[in-house]
Amino acid sequence: MARYDRAITVFSPDGHLFQVEYALEAVRKGNAAVGVRGTDIVVLGVEKKSAVKLQDSRSVRKIVSLDDHIALACAGLKADARVLINRARIECQSHRLTVEDPVTVEYITRYIAGLQQKYTQSGGVRPFGLSTLIVGFDPYTSVPSLYQTDPSGTFSAWKANATGRNSNSMREFLEKNYKETSGHETIKLAIRALLEVSFCFSYVITAIVT
Amino acid sequence: MKLDTSGLESAAPVWGAPSELVDGFSAGPSFDLPNTTDFDGFQKEAIQMVKPAKGTTTLAFIFKEGVMVAADSRASMGGYISSQSVKKIIEINPYMLGTMAGGAADCQFWHRNLGIKCRLHELANKRRISVTGASKLLANILYSYRGMGLSVGTMIAGWDETGPGLYYVDSEGGRLKGMRFSVGSGSPYAYGVLDNGYRYDMSVEEAAELARRAIYHATFRDGASGGVASVYYVGPNGWKKLSGDDVGELHYKYYPVMPSTVEQEMVEVGGA
Repeated sequence: MARYDRAITVFSPDGHLFQVEYALEAVRKGNAAVGVRGTDIVVLGVEKKSAVKLQDSRSVRKIVSLDDHIALACAGLKADARVLINRARIECQSHRLTVEDPVTVEYITRYIAGLQQKYTQSGGVRPFGLSTLIVGFDPYTSVPSLYQTDPSGTFSAWKANATGRNSNSMREFLEKNYKETSGHETIKLAIRALLEVSFCFSYVITAIVT
Repeated sequence: MKLDTSGLESAAPVWGAPSELVDGFSAGPSFDLPNTTDFDGFQKEAIQMVKPAKGTTTLAFIFKEGVMVAADSRASMGGYISSQSVKKIIEINPYMLGTMAGGAADCQFWHRNLGIKCRLHELANKRRISVTGASKLLANILYSYRGMGLSVGTMIAGWDETGPGLYYVDSEGGRLKGMRFSVGSGSPYAYGVLDNGYRYDMSVEEAAELARRAIYHATFRDGASGGVASVYYVGPNGWKKLSGDDVGELHYKYYPVMPSTVEQEMVEVGGA
């Protein structure tokens, strides 16, 4: 197996792309992030480690906005995240320029996932080591959406999802307790999911409501 | 010079070197500049050589019920009428129309190319492209060919989520949003009739008659316009061709031949 994980563009005999799977490992070591979709609200939450006392925590942005109506949280290599987010922000503005319309959540998710996939099929590069949770409201229709992408470049829409450290436990919790909620109920659900896996912590929640 | 043949490609492009990966924007069409000392002069000469007079009359306007689009059907090469039956209203897709003024080949090709792009947008995004977006796609393409002799003066009319839309796009790269436009050598005459008779709250029949009359009057005075006056209506369910009347017949419909009074007197005198 060791011979098939050096170059990204090489399949192993049993159909794995090992570099992509190792990237997923990097994601599993990242900070926990959760996203929940309600009827009129979408909530993103990330775990924030409180151990670093000297760090100016305001400079660490874990939930970022891609445009006025779309936000993103990710788990994994934060340096890769910066590059991906910059490209996504440029694409949001480029879309506004060419069709005079803001992007839909699905469009920008497809773009980010396409970017992540490109890096799994090129020579001399490694995949982005992060999974993203993208939330927002579509322009005109104002339908709330939550999408997740991963290092392989796949994406799908979710009612609620978690990624990063202990994402399995969070997802189990969400599966057991999810129901259609709105407003504060949705925020509470997201917080409770984070509480499942983070003990001594301080959390950051960004809620976007139209 | 490399053309934008993205509309003609059938296979997916092969991934290039890693330098492609660091582009922020997708690369637009590119072209090589010719080796001249005076590029501006060269450009002006090229435009003058290729510039056909936009011998036509097309018009479009937005009113309460939607968009009305009308055009004549004459193609002229100098003083020679090469065709009386040219389709100057191009059906981009079932809910968007484009008008043709300027070079016929340029208009036809780029409208079909726009149709391809609109369909691809629909398939990728699971919703129709807006008239704003479609007109911007065309305007950006025409701008990238600016100075290379394209001659296109078109109006993009359609109905999208935000209601009726009308944009004027030309080969200089200009793009204007508006309620009333007329393009071509007969446009001053058409504007006269159109601006005089326009009201926002007209019925579909009244608007169609206004459009028909405006084209007729333009063909009456402008030698480069004639043939058949086609009128199309774009509503919430897409476009529909309302009429295509020969302008010669329209003339006698609007101004029927009346026997003159002098002849009648002579007859009476003869009978007495």
